[in-house]
Amino acid sequence: MDLFVNILLGISIAATPLVFAAIGELVVEKSGVLNLGVEGMMIIGAISGFAVTIETGSFILGILASIVAGALMAFLFGVLTQSLLANQVATGLALTMFGLGLAALIGQDYSGKSTGDFPKLDIPFISDLPIVGPLIFGQDYLLYLSIILVVAVIWFFNKTRAGLIIRAIGENHDAAHTIGYPVVLYRYYALLFGGACAGLGGAYLSLVQTPIWVENMTAGRGWIALALVVFAAWRPGRALLGAYLFGGITILQLHSQGFGINIEPQILAMLPYLATIVVLVLISRDKTKVRLNAPASLAKSFYAST
Amino acid sequence: MTNETLLTLSGLTKQFPGVLANDNVSFEIKKGEIHALLGENGAGKSTLVKIIYGVNKPDAGTMLLNGIPFSPTKPSEARAQGIGMVFQHFSLFEALTVAENIELGISPELAKNGLRERIIDMSKQYGLELDPDRLIGSLSVGVRQRVEIVRCLLQDPQLIIMDEPTSVLTPQEVDVLFQTLQRLRNEGRSILYISHKLEEIRALCEHATILRGGKVVATCTPAEESAKSLAEMMIGSSLTLPQRETNTPGDVRLSVEHLSLKNEDPFGADLQDINFEVKSGEIFGIAGVAGNGQNKLMEALIGERFCDGASKIQLDGKEITRSGPNDRRKLGMCFIPEERLGHGAVPDMSLWENTIVTARERRQLSNKGFINIGAAHEFAEQVVNDFDVRTAGIEHAARSLSGGNLQKFIVGRELLQSPAVLIASQPTWGVDAGAASSIHQMLLKIAREGTAILLISQDLDELFAISDRIAVIANGKLSKPENVKDLTIEKIGLDMGGQSQESEIHAEA
Repeated sequence: MDLFVNILLGISIAATPLVFAAIGELVVEKSGVLNLGVEGMMIIGAISGFAVTIETGSFILGILASIVAGALMAFLFGVLTQSLLANQVATGLALTMFGLGLAALIGQDYSGKSTGDFPKLDIPFISDLPIVGPLIFGQDYLLYLSIILVVAVIWFFNKTRAGLIIRAIGENHDAAHTIGYPVVLYRYYALLFGGACAGLGGAYLSLVQTPIWVENMTAGRGWIALALVVFAAWRPGRALLGAYLFGGITILQLHSQGFGINIEPQILAMLPYLATIVVLVLISRDKTKVRLNAPASLAKSFYAST
Repeated sequence: MTNETLLTLSGLTKQFPGVLANDNVSFEIKKGEIHALLGENGAGKSTLVKIIYGVNKPDAGTMLLNGIPFSPTKPSEARAQGIGMVFQHFSLFEALTVAENIELGISPELAKNGLRERIIDMSKQYGLELDPDRLIGSLSVGVRQRVEIVRCLLQDPQLIIMDEPTSVLTPQEVDVLFQTLQRLRNEGRSILYISHKLEEIRALCEHATILRGGKVVATCTPAEESAKSLAEMMIGSSLTLPQRETNTPGDVRLSVEHLSLKNEDPFGADLQDINFEVKSGEIFGIAGVAGNGQNKLMEALIGERFCDGASKIQLDGKEITRSGPNDRRKLGMCFIPEERLGHGAVPDMSLWENTIVTARERRQLSNKGFINIGAAHEFAEQVVNDFDVRTAGIEHAARSLSGGNLQKFIVGRELLQSPAVLIASQPTWGVDAGAASSIHQMLLKIAREGTAILLISQDLDELFAISDRIAVIANGKLSKPENVKDLTIEKIGLDMGGQSQESEIHAEA
């Protein structure tokens, strides 16, 4: 039973950074912008959160720093692609490379240090219950935040006017402009939110999952988050589900050796990435579904000609 | 109609880089009148209404609304003061529902409570049936226009601007629209009606203001003018109509059998079992409202997409069903696609480079994979001279030409390849009347010389002016072709509406 609980705990901890990054990118893409720099924003969030926590001793300041750092990276992306109309794909790739390099530079002095354990929810008695105690009432605070965030985004898109405007801008930015919505401004808002979420996802890696700094510690999770958005067909609930599926595959790979399954570890390590590719191919086959949910203006630059 | 003035425009001027779009435009719109704004493409109509609707800011000039200075800086301000607009290319979002689309176009206060009920009430009251939960993408163009009109009416506007509202409708839908407009006028609202369809304006509008080159060139009472005199005021010169001689068609040059093609866009129409043939010397017209499969048909004929299953396309008796565009060109098929920039021509390439794109084989513009620059220059010069393309030179990029001139260049480039079959989609769309008339002459001339021409168009006047036979495409199906002399606009209009659309209206009622 302990092993079972441990696996489930492992899955949720593996999934949470993906939830943060994917939900942020989902909002960005719904507004019609493709930011491929998620990996770069995550790693910058990871090092900023880690460094500030070490220097100040405060997890809260560390988390805030990761949010601000991720948003700053996204702002840079916004200036380049929204105001200066640079190509979104190229800029996103550059943002990732820039983020990885800058994080390695900042991180030089922090290798080998540790922040200690991140605080967890602890309700007397309830958190000590078997199984549900640790799984539902004894997780770290950020994990709860990630779930709340997904619910909030669902509510935002379905119940608020601003959410409707963002969907409309992603669907047809020219029409949105004609009826008088400031396309670029809304896209900046979405980008900043996406950057903050990616930063938070990065901080989860360096403060909660493995509370030490290792260069390149995001290890492609930003790319998985991007794939998750497509996997989810731009629906927040499915992005959450997808993140836990991928988290599951990651943990399965760690535990399979324990079960005595004899597969080369390299192949197992490939699993989450292989699954990403397979799922993307399957999703793209159904063009109708993609058209109904995919933002039609995705990755197109908007320029108000009149 | 009262004699009170609703909106006064005085001295409006708007400069864009390279063009003076509006030059000292002044006129007034009375309360309870339908006022026509006439002019060719590029005459400055769109710029002017965007100023009234608060999208553009004038460089000079003032407006008075009910005698009070009026200068909206954004559309929501214009809407708040009683200006509504129905756009030509609808400002609607396909993946959102009718109700969501309407909510986006009105003020947040109006959108708050019971919007669905008010949409249903308003649409019943004006006989414009709508289902608030349908996705826009699943609606026909006529119904989409209703959505825009209902959205406009929910804000109780004093002035409704309508930009080319009939260009996308079937003749029957036009009648319904006119009834609605007359009803709105009787309620005391004013309508600014933009069009270049002269008969419509004569039937509907009390006053007309005519723009040419950004200036007001005339104001008149349309009922007292003839369509010809209105046209001449609009283009500033006399107009020659295409001359057609009766000709006897020859052998079948293009034959299409059982052509089916699935549309990857869930909102687009699938082509279903299309059969027709085009004979030498014949112009075969395909009418239809936009979005009924014309684009797919064009792609299938060009060879950009191969058709499904039992489809069979033959050119001069030779099967080309599985040949790509270049092979089809080699055999003598030439194409004038609807989209000039990006499909008909590469926008950033020079005119001479653009000749190589399609005429490489038939005009020997390349040799063993190398471009023959001299030959391409010569050919481009020939197109420019023979077809009266106004350009500063063949070194200039395609995008620097005006719509009409670029279209003349593309038509010329294809015609000089002496095609066996010419496929043209909307060849005069967005082209000024002078250029349109000369393109029509060119098509008639090459048909006389033996080319089989397939003309896909939404413009019924164009189809009736130059085609020999016409069929209608509706929902991806082609009706039985008929000789033009046996056809009436009403008959075509019924086919354009299509059976499926009627059942859709029943389902909603």
